[in-house]
This record gives sequence, C-alpha cells and structure tokens, in this order.
Amino acid sequence: MNLTVRPGAGGARAGLDPRRLPMTALGVLFLAVMLFPVYWMVNSSLQSSSGATTRDWLPLDATLSGYAKAISEQGQNFVTSLLIALGTVVLTLVVATPAAYGLSRFRSRGASTFVLVLLITQMIPAMVIANALYPLFNQLYLINNVFGLILANTAAGIPFAVLLMRAFMGSIPRALVEAAMVDGAGQLRAFLSIVVPISKNAIVTAALFTFLSAWSDFLFALTLTSTPEVRPITLGIYDYISANTQDWDTVMATAVLASIPAALLLIFAQRYIAAGAVAGAVK
Amino acid sequence: MTSAHLSLTVAAGERRTILWTRLLRRATPWLFSLPAVVFVAMFFGYPIVQNVVMSFQEYTTSTFYSGAAPWVGLANYATILSSYLFTTTLVNTALFTVGSITFQFVIGLALALFFKRAFPLSGFLRSMLLLPWLIPLIASSAVWKWLLDQESGALNQFLGLFGVPAVPWLVDPTLALAGVIGVNIWLGIPFNVAILYSGLQAVPKELYEAGSLDGATGWKAFRHITWPNLRPVVSVVIVLGVVYTLKVVDIILGLTGGGPANSTQTLATNAYNKSFVEFNFGEGAAISNVLIVVSLVFALVYLYLSRREPSE
Repeated sequence: MNLTVRPGAGGARAGLDPRRLPMTALGVLFLAVMLFPVYWMVNSSLQSSSGATTRDWLPLDATLSGYAKAISEQGQNFVTSLLIALGTVVLTLVVATPAAYGLSRFRSRGASTFVLVLLITQMIPAMVIANALYPLFNQLYLINNVFGLILANTAAGIPFAVLLMRAFMGSIPRALVEAAMVDGAGQLRAFLSIVVPISKNAIVTAALFTFLSAWSDFLFALTLTSTPEVRPITLGIYDYISANTQDWDTVMATAVLASIPAALLLIFAQRYIAAGAVAGAVK
Repeated sequence: MTSAHLSLTVAAGERRTILWTRLLRRATPWLFSLPAVVFVAMFFGYPIVQNVVMSFQEYTTSTFYSGAAPWVGLANYATILSSYLFTTTLVNTALFTVGSITFQFVIGLALALFFKRAFPLSGFLRSMLLLPWLIPLIASSAVWKWLLDQESGALNQFLGLFGVPAVPWLVDPTLALAGVIGVNIWLGIPFNVAILYSGLQAVPKELYEAGSLDGATGWKAFRHITWPNLRPVVSVVIVLGVVYTLKVVDIILGLTGGGPANSTQTLATNAYNKSFVEFNFGEGAAISNVLIVVSLVFALVYLYLSRREPSE
C-alpha cells in the first residue's frame, strides 16, 4: 500500500496550465454546492435565533451568543468526547499495532483467517453490537461510564487500524528486522525499535482515523449512556434536534465546534486523510 | 552422580529449552495479535452469539432486575415478521440503500472523472471535498434538519425566490424518505470520489495514449479503457456502499427519528426502537439478526470480489 498521495495524472505541468482555469471555476462551483451545508452551519451559528425566522445569506450582523450558549451548555460534553476519543486512540494503538505487525510478518493459516474475520467485522452494523453490549455492560457497571465507551469504540476501531497498518508493515523488508535480531534483539525489541519508527506514517493515519470515528461516535453513546453525567457531544447535538429546538444558533455553534477536529485534520493532516480513505476500501 | 548422568540431565534440560524456545517462537505471532483477538472475540464474537441467544428469549427491562429471560422459541421472530412494520422497514431499507448508492456512485464517478483532468487547484479542491465525510454524522444531520426546515430552512428560502411554496421535506410521510436519501447521498459522495479517483489514477496512462492513436477519445475512451479497468474498484465501492448504508442509524434518527408515521424506519432504526425505546431486547435482537444476515450476504460478495481481483 502506497501511503503517500500520488500527484494527479499529467503531473504539475498540466496542473498549472492557465488555459485550464475554466475547469478550476467549474471545480469551485461543484465544491461550493457540496460544501454549502457546511457554510450554512457556520453562517447560522453566527446569527441570533431571536427575531426573524429566516437567516441572512451572509452573517453581516455576526454574534457569538450561540457559541457562548453552546459552550456553557455543552462544555462538559466536549471534555467527555475528548477523553473518550483520546482514550480510544491510545488503547487502539496499543492493541492494534502489535497485531498488525504479527499478522504482516508471520504468515499462517490462522493469521489469514483472522484477517478475514477483521474484514467481516467492519461490516457488522454497530446497532447489532450495541444490542448485545447493553445487557453485558449493564452487569459490568459500564453503562454511563467513559471507560465503557472507550472499550466499545476501541473494539470498533481495531479492525480498520490493524488492516491499515498491516498493509504498510508488510512492505518493510524482512532483512531489516532480522538484522536487528542477529544483533541480539528479541522479537519485541525488534518490533519497538525498528518496526514502530519505520511505520510512523501508517500509525499516525490509524490514530487520526480512530480519533475521528471515536469523536463522531453516536450509536454507542446513544445506547450505552442514559444520564447527563456522561454525555458525549454527539448526544448533546442529538438532544437539541430531537427536542425540535428552534435555537438554531446554539445547535449550529455546537455542530461547528464538534466539526473542528475534522477541519483541523483536513488542513494539517491532508495526506494522511487521503491515504486512509483509500486504504479503507482497498485494504 | 556420574558425569554421564550429569551430561544426560544437561541434554534433557537443553532439549527442554529448545522445545520451549520453539514453542515460544511458534507462539510469538499470536502473542503480538493476542490482545486484538481477545477484543474481537469479546466485542464481535460475543455480541453475535448473544444476539442469537436473546432472540429466542423474552428479554425485557425486568430481565435486568430479576435475571430471568424465559425461552420463547421462535415467538420473537414470529412477532416481528408478522408485524405490519416489518414490510415497511424492509421496503424502506431497500429504497434507502438503492437510492443512496445509485446517486452517490454516479455523482461520485462524475466528480472523480472531472478531477482526474488536472487543472489549477484541482488537488486542493478535491481534498476539500472530503470535509462532509469527516464531520460527525450527527452534526451533518443537525445542519440538514435545519436546511430542510419547512418554515425557515435555507432550501425553502432559496426555492421561495422562484416562487415555490414551502415544501415539508421531512414532515410529510411521502417526502421524508426521499429527503433522508438525499442527505445520505450528499454524505456518501466524498467517499465515492476518493476511492474512484484513486482507481482512475491506477489505470495505466499508456492505454489512453495507445487508445487515442486508434481514435478512442472522450466517451469511447471511457467505455473501452476507463470502465473495464475501473470495474474491480467499482464493485468494491458499490458493495462497501451497500454495507455502510445498511448500518446507517445516525442520519435517520437525527433527521426524522424514523417518522413521520414510520415512513423512514429502516431495519437498523427499528432494531434500535425495539431494544432501546421499548426495551424489548428479544425482538430487537431478532431484527438485528435479520440485519446481520443481509449485511453478511453483501460482505461475502465483497470478499469474493476483492479476493478475485489483485488487491493493489
């Protein structure tokens, strides 16, 4: 698996051809249509809900009152979401990285069966899992529990993380690992000192996607919590919209804040995102 | 102790060490994977088995207090299959899936072909297109619920400019499913573009050069060069799309909650309602099992297709 983004066909030369500027204009138009809902989210988060029923197309009378209310009502939930997402990333990497290495380096019938199982688990609806997890978590006192949600999200994140990192680790030359072992390093040392540093990019990609999916998790949050104490931000948004609130500036401000991780990743980690998108399907 | 005896014990000890090392070496791959295997067994294996068990039980709120879950045989299945809702949810699920996939794919392919022709900023615009895919689904649902709002939504505000009266997108039982499908199409386009674009990049450029010598350009080039070479990626995108669409709960619960009058209720949202609103986990499990069978059929199709084709 190639983890870098390949430049477009025709390369940079065609990409800079000014005669193709009409294509750029068309591209901007398509993007504008696709991203309009995102624009509208930001736009209405900046306009007060009191007064007119419709919103202006531009936030000329911008106010941050929606954000003030979003932070005062949902601040705690943001912290909860952050804890869950970070906990999930750590636990997923600790479990998935060695597994990815084990599966890429030691080929056996058992290993390929497990890879097949991982592929299938990605297709099992989370609803099905939640249905059986609730009774189990209820017995283990993991309902309304941050750690319970970390466990559930980790389980959901492991298959993708393992498959993604395994694809990369399979391309590490065997000789490199074996050289370290000739020098006296054990399997674990060779893994930690050779494989992990080389696989940095794949590990970062896995971490970013795990973070995003745990941060966006709605279903486990919905089914495995019931009290206001442990309430991820996705549930905060759901509570607003299922109550048919007309306080759209607060709802949209919350949605904007909940989308910040996605926006940051798209700006600062673009190459990882594109790599992960493709890896998800091509394995 | 004789020296012969001593050397024998040493040999035995050595053999034991060799055996032990060999065993350890054999086990090493599994030691690396063990935690992941445990997780998968606990969070995928156990729930699947447990769902099958629960689907034959009367498993309700009282079970949580008393621990009693009487066996009821096939009663849960009989109840859900004979319910008028089951046909509705099945039809809705099919319409939701087919509608979403068709448009996601066609629009996604068109955009991927468009972005394949490099132009200034094409890389940047293409990556910005991924944004809707990365935003939490429930946040997108909130935005769309607001956009499609009958009184004050931006869509009706826009259509109003052309004199179109306010459309009750999500509150009219005949329109709600189409509305929900529309939102899901929007959500799925970025993923389709990303995968199809990378598939297009993998088609050897020489084929187009050779083709253009034979006069294969434009539509002809697409039909005879692009499409046949893209086929494996197309099958994967479509089957994955189906499997992901079957799972969708966030969007529907966020936009309509399955209503109005169950017009947007699918297998997945119905399973949620049975278990987590009515607290009838037995019937919820039965619906879940129907859902899982449908998903697995498509999962197998996916595996078959992705095995048959070279994976890179």
